[in-house]
Amino acid sequence: MGGRFGYIGQRVIKAVFVILGIIVLNFLLIRLAPGDPAMVLAGEAGAADPKFVADLRREFGLDLPLWRQLAIYMQGILSFDLGFSYRQKTPILDLIVQRLPQTILLTGTALTFAIVVGVSLGALAARNVGTWWDSAITTLALLVYAMPQFWLGLMLVLLFSVQLGWLPTFGMNSISANYTGLDHVLDVGRHLILPSLTLGLFFMAVYARLTRASMLEVADLDFVRTGRAKGLSEGRIQRGYILRNALLPVVTYAGLQAGYLIGGSILIETVFAWPGIGRLAFEAVLVRDYNLLLGVFIVASVMVIAFNLLTDVLYTIVDPRIELGA
Amino acid sequence: MASRRQVLGSAAGLLAGATLGLQRTARAQQKRGGILTAILNPEPPLLVLGLNQQAPTQLVAGKIYQGLLRYDFDLKPLPSLAKAWTVSADGLTYTFKLEEGVKWHDGAPFTAEDVVFSCVKFLPEVHPRARATFDRCESITAVDRFTVAFKLKAPFEPFLYAFLPAGAPMMPKHIYDGSDFRANPKNATPIGTGPFKFKEWVKGSHIHLVRNDEYWKPGRPFLDGVTYRVIPDAASRALAVETGQVDLAQGTDVESFDVQRLAGLPHVELSKRGYETVAPISWIELNHRGAPINDKRFRQAMMHAIDRDFIVKNIFFGLGRVAHGPINTATRFHDAKAVKRYALDPRRAMALLDEMGLKPDAGGVRARIKMMVLPYGEVWVRQAEFVKQALRRVGIDVTLESNDAGGWVKRIGDWDYETSFDFVSQFMDPAMGVARTYISSNIRKGVPFTNTMGYVNPRVDELFDAAPKQTDAAKAQAMYSELQAILTEDVPVVWLTELEFPVLINKKFRNVNIDANGPNSEFDEAHLA
Repeated sequence: MGGRFGYIGQRVIKAVFVILGIIVLNFLLIRLAPGDPAMVLAGEAGAADPKFVADLRREFGLDLPLWRQLAIYMQGILSFDLGFSYRQKTPILDLIVQRLPQTILLTGTALTFAIVVGVSLGALAARNVGTWWDSAITTLALLVYAMPQFWLGLMLVLLFSVQLGWLPTFGMNSISANYTGLDHVLDVGRHLILPSLTLGLFFMAVYARLTRASMLEVADLDFVRTGRAKGLSEGRIQRGYILRNALLPVVTYAGLQAGYLIGGSILIETVFAWPGIGRLAFEAVLVRDYNLLLGVFIVASVMVIAFNLLTDVLYTIVDPRIELGA
Repeated sequence: MASRRQVLGSAAGLLAGATLGLQRTARAQQKRGGILTAILNPEPPLLVLGLNQQAPTQLVAGKIYQGLLRYDFDLKPLPSLAKAWTVSADGLTYTFKLEEGVKWHDGAPFTAEDVVFSCVKFLPEVHPRARATFDRCESITAVDRFTVAFKLKAPFEPFLYAFLPAGAPMMPKHIYDGSDFRANPKNATPIGTGPFKFKEWVKGSHIHLVRNDEYWKPGRPFLDGVTYRVIPDAASRALAVETGQVDLAQGTDVESFDVQRLAGLPHVELSKRGYETVAPISWIELNHRGAPINDKRFRQAMMHAIDRDFIVKNIFFGLGRVAHGPINTATRFHDAKAVKRYALDPRRAMALLDEMGLKPDAGGVRARIKMMVLPYGEVWVRQAEFVKQALRRVGIDVTLESNDAGGWVKRIGDWDYETSFDFVSQFMDPAMGVARTYISSNIRKGVPFTNTMGYVNPRVDELFDAAPKQTDAAKAQAMYSELQAILTEDVPVVWLTELEFPVLINKKFRNVNIDANGPNSEFDEAHLA
């Protein structure tokens, strides 16, 4: 066990350097984009004069040399201060903390749905390979996989909102209704269905295909034959031998996906007006809100690194033959 | 003795007051209650109208903050926080009588001190348009607790048009005096005099405003509140209107190709009014600093080559009018007879290019220009593609350039472009929103919405300088007519469309869109049907 913690410690130290690198790189990259926040605000105001632009630059510290801006920013980071949003005049941390839970709710729901349903369907197909069950699941998965997400989303909206009038098409809750307690939870749940389904269906298809292929591959291996020869029940072989071994690629993929999903699905959050962090980042790019964008990048990269680490640890649980650090 | 203008000013005030009184009795039975849900896109950076005047800020903050005046659809000034006003005979002193008994949302009284603070300290520090306005004043003083006098350095006839809520919002002195305005912690919870108070802002989701029970107009507002919902995707916004999840969409919320379809729904009403205070004209901005654009004939050829009627009908789907000159038909001093009109005439265009010596090469190309597309939505891309084809027909080969909003503003401001689509607001009077594009004293590198083209014509400078100083309306009109003649001959920009914006309102609400400030106004008369 000491090995495991040593390994994790090492990875964390490496991660700190990776994140510092990401900060410096992004700090410089975003400044390559033409225009700065002062210019964008001046443009949106529909009227401007030299004092207006100069005042904003001074306020944002953009009149300082680049290295000083970077030094000031890094100083803040070391004391866990992500700075202020130029535009929203709010601490970056507040903005991220406001938005992150919504994104985690959306992507968490989508991911759970995708894994549970996807792995079940994949396992069902693999167990019944060659039957109509298999064909139906494989076809469905292929169909969903091939559909562009935005189109799928539109179709779901047309069916469930426009035709049937069951589900709301945007937002996270019904503002004017002032629901509390259980009603509030149900209200958010109703708003959650369409975006998480749109986001999750694609990944469900991926997990179904991945699980099916992986299980079929494992099913031919020697230890499965040995298990059968020992007279183990088919259920035990399927779950304990085949599925468990077939799950490794699924865990790998889920780990990767979870990391990226925290960055938010900009498309889904935009189409369904979901107040998540992906949209926050996207809007920050457009208005050159440097600090906000860097803040989101930092949180996202911490998450990617954390999920990668978690995946490595999960490997050893799913398959005890794997050792960390080896 | 009172001057004619003085009498007129007071008479207008009285008349408007009387009309308002009549409306009050007539509508005393209006239903109270209801929350109006409106679209908000994009999300504004903050809601303090004195600090930020971009479109979405105005929508929300227009319910919280007020100006001294309002303007009807024909741009006649109406009383708001100022209940009456007079103009001295020499055109130099404007005296406003304020409504008494107005309270800020925190309970403090609104007085002449707030007006003086706003116009002397707050706005000139942070608001470019207000800075230009109040720089014209020699003094701004509180005559008594509810009277303010503005004394101008020189006559400026359009001064009365500077008092729109977004042009000169009244800011509370007791909150801002002595503080760093931009960094004041109270900016997060805006305090105004308007009919609705700030309640809650969940970033990325919605802003909720609630009825101001202490509002100074008796019995108003009727609504319990107004909720703005942030919906970033155009198709989702259209859907929200269609399904009745929102009651109000305005401006560019809905793509022009969706407007007629939504307007045809039984629960939706379409109004094209409510943007007279801005009345923007869209045009192709031209950088006069290089050939062939510095030749007037080339610019005239462009005017002849583009079927602007087609743009209005098929790209804006009937929202808007063909723009023939620099002053919008909805703006003061427009003169249809003075403008030189350019009919769609590709042959004439080619003749002008021939005259310049621009002969077609083997591929039929006479000249190549680059053109920046406006980064504000699908409709501008369609317009750009149409213009590209239209110009190609007369031998001008256009390369379209795309930028995002940040890049676009930067390049226009820095003169780093050859031609670009653009649209600019007029703010009711040529002196407010038209002159800035054409006068040479406003050529300032690095600042958008100035004379970024580098157009210089001394006679134009002279007329734009003299016209607003005229207290005689006929003389001012003569000057503006001459200006329109000169500018349409010179074609500093290729005018395309006088933009109109749709206001889509759920029929269960009435009296939502009632003045020239449209969806940006207070909504203190809006009520359930």
